[in-house]
Amino acid sequence: MDIANQFFKAFIKDGRWQLYVKGLGITIEVTIFAALLGLLLGTIACLLNMQRGRTGKRTIASRIAFIYIDIIRGTPTLIQLMIMWNVIMVSSKNKILVASLAFGINSGAYVAEIIRGGIQSVDAGQMEAGRSLGLSRIQTMMNVILPQAFKNCFPSLLNEFITLLKETSIASAVGLVDLTHAADLVSSKTYQPMMPLLGAAVMYFIVVKTLSVVFGKVEKRLRESDNR
Amino acid sequence: MSTETLINPTEYAAKKETGKALIRVKDLRKDFGENHVLRGIDYEIHKGQKIVLVGPSGCGKSTFLRCLDMLEVPTSGEVWLGDTKVNDPKTDINLVRRRMGMVFQHFNLFNNLTILNNITLAPVKLGLMSKEEASEKALQLLQRVNLADKADAYPHSLSGGQQQRIAIVRSLEMNPEVMLFDEPTSALDPEMVGEVLQVMTELANEGMTMVVVTHEMAFARQVASKVIFIDEGVIKEENTPEEFFAQPKNPRLQDFLSKVLQ
Repeated sequence: MDIANQFFKAFIKDGRWQLYVKGLGITIEVTIFAALLGLLLGTIACLLNMQRGRTGKRTIASRIAFIYIDIIRGTPTLIQLMIMWNVIMVSSKNKILVASLAFGINSGAYVAEIIRGGIQSVDAGQMEAGRSLGLSRIQTMMNVILPQAFKNCFPSLLNEFITLLKETSIASAVGLVDLTHAADLVSSKTYQPMMPLLGAAVMYFIVVKTLSVVFGKVEKRLRESDNR
Repeated sequence: MSTETLINPTEYAAKKETGKALIRVKDLRKDFGENHVLRGIDYEIHKGQKIVLVGPSGCGKSTFLRCLDMLEVPTSGEVWLGDTKVNDPKTDINLVRRRMGMVFQHFNLFNNLTILNNITLAPVKLGLMSKEEASEKALQLLQRVNLADKADAYPHSLSGGQQQRIAIVRSLEMNPEVMLFDEPTSALDPEMVGEVLQVMTELANEGMTMVVVTHEMAFARQVASKVIFIDEGVIKEENTPEEFFAQPKNPRLQDFLSKVLQ
């Protein structure tokens, strides 16, 4: 009956299950904010990174986007998070905001590269056709290229968001009370880490699984419009 | 009236007539690195003319066509459309391209849009027509090429011949002054070539100015005002289709014709 006892102490006693639910809520909240910010930043960074002047050289904005992508991808996420918490936003007490910003900026760099892959997979003739009708590069990009690029890189984007969701668990290192932190709190009370950690793992898994099933359905719908 | 023709003849005729050539090309050169594709081309195209370009593959005929609307940027030389120098950096190339239609070998219909939206995207986004005007005109044009029932379909569900006819319609929607065709039938299955050439022939008969790169010699013979032979980046011969095919003078052209007319 030791297992049942451990389970009771980990989830039921003193209403501890509420800790996990609250933690999971914060995990999801940070993930959604970060994913939206990452998508926005990533799209902008990607378009700037691919921008070239008349002579084929990078513009200044393009260089800035390139440096952003390069630095973010070349440094650990935990360091970026700690810099955000301890240096850049040291005056802020809002850990959800800080974590969302840090993860959003981090995710943006990866999203930028994913979208670049999506854009490059669109046939060059699509841009030529748009330009030959008198549409500008940006108009063709927005109306023709990007919709196809997003469709092409949809599975990779989903993958990035799943990674992001799981990666938010390191935010417990700066004291964000997310799902991981909740499990940690409970173990430190019961001195029995197995149940809280297993419980958190199961909850992460359920969220990820739901996400991939839902997005899989959306992807199928997108493909249907191809009539292929 | 407008349901009977691909272009509106009165509207087309009303476009500024200056007496000068519609398109003037002066000493046009294009290099790709060390590869000198165009080595100085001079030519004038007048309104209503149908110019057919032929030549061996890699001779520069597609590059020449693409230089006319700056899909390739000329290395040197001048391209004029009416009073506008097309390859002047100060020229707004988007305004020039509205006046020139381009039809590609691989159709290049927008895969993410329905046929109707393919046709109406440019005029609506550029503020030239309202959504309703554009749709009405698009449906009339689709009717002319017998594809009105495909308005809500996506490009991938159509055959190559259907896609190419729609690509032509998409360009015509912009009321261009000249239509450029870059090997429009080369990517088609043989049984679909005829339906595309038929639309092009109708367009020619209605008075559209056309520049066509093609390997369809029968089309050239039937429709062209002038046939041009390009080889090694220069115009080697230019003549009426009758003379061009009956009495070719250039030895390279004689050799070329003996191969393609078998």
